[in-house]
Amino acid sequence: MSALAPPAVDLQGIRFAWPGAAAPCLEMAAFALAAGERVFLHGPSGSGKTTLLSLVGGVLDPQAGRVAVHGQVLGELRAGARDRFRAHHIGFVFQLFNLIPYLSARDNILLPCRFSALRRARVQEAGTTPSAEAARLAQRLDLDAALLDRPAAELSVGQQQRVAAARALIGRPSLVIADEPTSALDADRQRGFLDLLLAECADARAALLFVSHDARLAEHFDRRVALGEINRVGGGA
Amino acid sequence: MKAPLWHLTWRSIANRRLTALLTVVSVALAVALLLGVERLRHDAREGFASTISGTDLMVGARSGPVQLLLYSVFHIGNATNNVSWQSVRDIAALPEVDWLVPLSLGDSHRGFRVVGTTDDFFAHYRYGRGHGLAFADGRPFGDVFEAVVGAEVAARFGYRVGQSIVVSHGAGEATFAEHDDKPFTIVGVLERSGTPVDRSVLVSLEGIEAIHVDWAGGARLPGVNISAEHVRKFDLSPKSVTAALVGLKSRTAVFRVQRRINDWPAEPLLAVLPGATLQELWNVVAIAERALLAVSALVVAVGLAGLVAVVVASLGERRRELAILRALGASPGQVFRLLALESLLLGLAGCVLGIMLLSVAVAVAGPWLETRYGLPLSAGWPSAAEWRLLGAVLSAALLASLVPAWRAYRYSLADGMTIRI
Repeated sequence: MSALAPPAVDLQGIRFAWPGAAAPCLEMAAFALAAGERVFLHGPSGSGKTTLLSLVGGVLDPQAGRVAVHGQVLGELRAGARDRFRAHHIGFVFQLFNLIPYLSARDNILLPCRFSALRRARVQEAGTTPSAEAARLAQRLDLDAALLDRPAAELSVGQQQRVAAARALIGRPSLVIADEPTSALDADRQRGFLDLLLAECADARAALLFVSHDARLAEHFDRRVALGEINRVGGGA
Repeated sequence: MKAPLWHLTWRSIANRRLTALLTVVSVALAVALLLGVERLRHDAREGFASTISGTDLMVGARSGPVQLLLYSVFHIGNATNNVSWQSVRDIAALPEVDWLVPLSLGDSHRGFRVVGTTDDFFAHYRYGRGHGLAFADGRPFGDVFEAVVGAEVAARFGYRVGQSIVVSHGAGEATFAEHDDKPFTIVGVLERSGTPVDRSVLVSLEGIEAIHVDWAGGARLPGVNISAEHVRKFDLSPKSVTAALVGLKSRTAVFRVQRRINDWPAEPLLAVLPGATLQELWNVVAIAERALLAVSALVVAVGLAGLVAVVVASLGERRRELAILRALGASPGQVFRLLALESLLLGLAGCVLGIMLLSVAVAVAGPWLETRYGLPLSAGWPSAAEWRLLGAVLSAALLASLVPAWRAYRYSLADGMTIRI
């Protein structure tokens, strides 16, 4: 990516405490992801990873500090605009249960295009249709085309995670956030899934913020950050 | 941003089709009951109000207007007193009076009332919007021992012209004092009118007089037995009747004639306007009718509460789904609308199915209700009052749908996109 592109994530002077909690659970001076950068964020469970991701996603507001995604300061947007911004620019892959169970795999992949006109437009700019793009991503992620019409609930965990990855990537968001996406997979499949995800993010020129407690996965990333080092609240929430 | 919601709502309902179907059916049954009660109420009222028309005044012994109407037209209860034949003839002779039909009640045939009258009854009795009585078969009675039966009497016992029937003394279902020495021959069967006439046996006043010649005080005179042939030689002109229907030459005279009869010098009489009295009577019935409607409204409330319970219960397991939607960029408002839309669609489907159920029920049970209870149920499109009820149900469904929607909204604010369950 060119140096002119705004950083995918830029956190400055963040402090966040859950309502009612006496002590903050997250306090950090600065944390940034350059555009297209792939960062491995490492931290034991309970170290505030999920809170950090909610801040980046704009679902939580920090009590102090500034959260910018793709150059946009989230605090400047109203709630509705922030939801739309998230739909436009961020793709999420969670640890488990990523999919809407009653939708087919294809409909799950297409959901971001339904919620975001911008991501739909990006697919069309690339000269394809959302449905064709979903099929292409599925193929790249080693998903059988026949699986696309099956309800999500009937897929295996590994297949579900790949559908979730395809959904996070469709319409080329500038940031993909993966929250322990491989923890439900066995070692072989973890490897395979990680390779696919890294390759697809590179292909889509999306920054990847990959969160895991499993440090062994870190080697393929541009940079590795331990949450304990940047979060001044020791031990987390 | 409408499209994703419709799609999701539809797929979500389709996924839960069994629960959704059961919910819709319960709402539909409640709606069908509510509309059914309303239609029954409306049609009963219509049928009630149209029991008698074209009659300007009803005359009887002095009692209450509602009683007079009840016993003379609806055949409910008994008269406490009669009107002397002399008075009847004098009223008929008043210059304003166009026609007069006397009615003599007090006997029955297998639970159905026997009405003694003149053949003017067939010419002047009107119901609904001026419908007259028509014969399905046969002709009006002529001879003393001839009878005309109403449609329901004929249908219940399979009576046809030419058959012979026996009249019982008194109006009960089980009477033991039979006028079995003087049977009547059926000479006519009336078309169905939806009025009490369907449940009547009509004979001439002379016939009523003839079967009572050898009776006194409700029992046969001991040792006196006058045969049917012999009785014709007696003077069979009536001594008194129970009531009379009166038609005037000009309706403008109605209050004047009414006052005149009410001040009758020879005996205490009562003249009432059938329309006004029907209205008065209906007001009595209206309390029960409103209670019935209130109960059906409660049933609808129960149905909607069930709908809310089902959708709210499903929310627990859907929190994860709502969190995913949040992560994908759905706003809490969209989550709210998703759930509201879902409940509202179920409520709407319930209403539509309810209308269909009612139409089927009317088509199936309508004819039976009409024969059994003389209640004509109108088929067809919901009336204005029914649309208002449907509107109220839909508004209630809309309000009810806000409950799960609000909970989902709270969940999605509290959970955000983190899935903690």
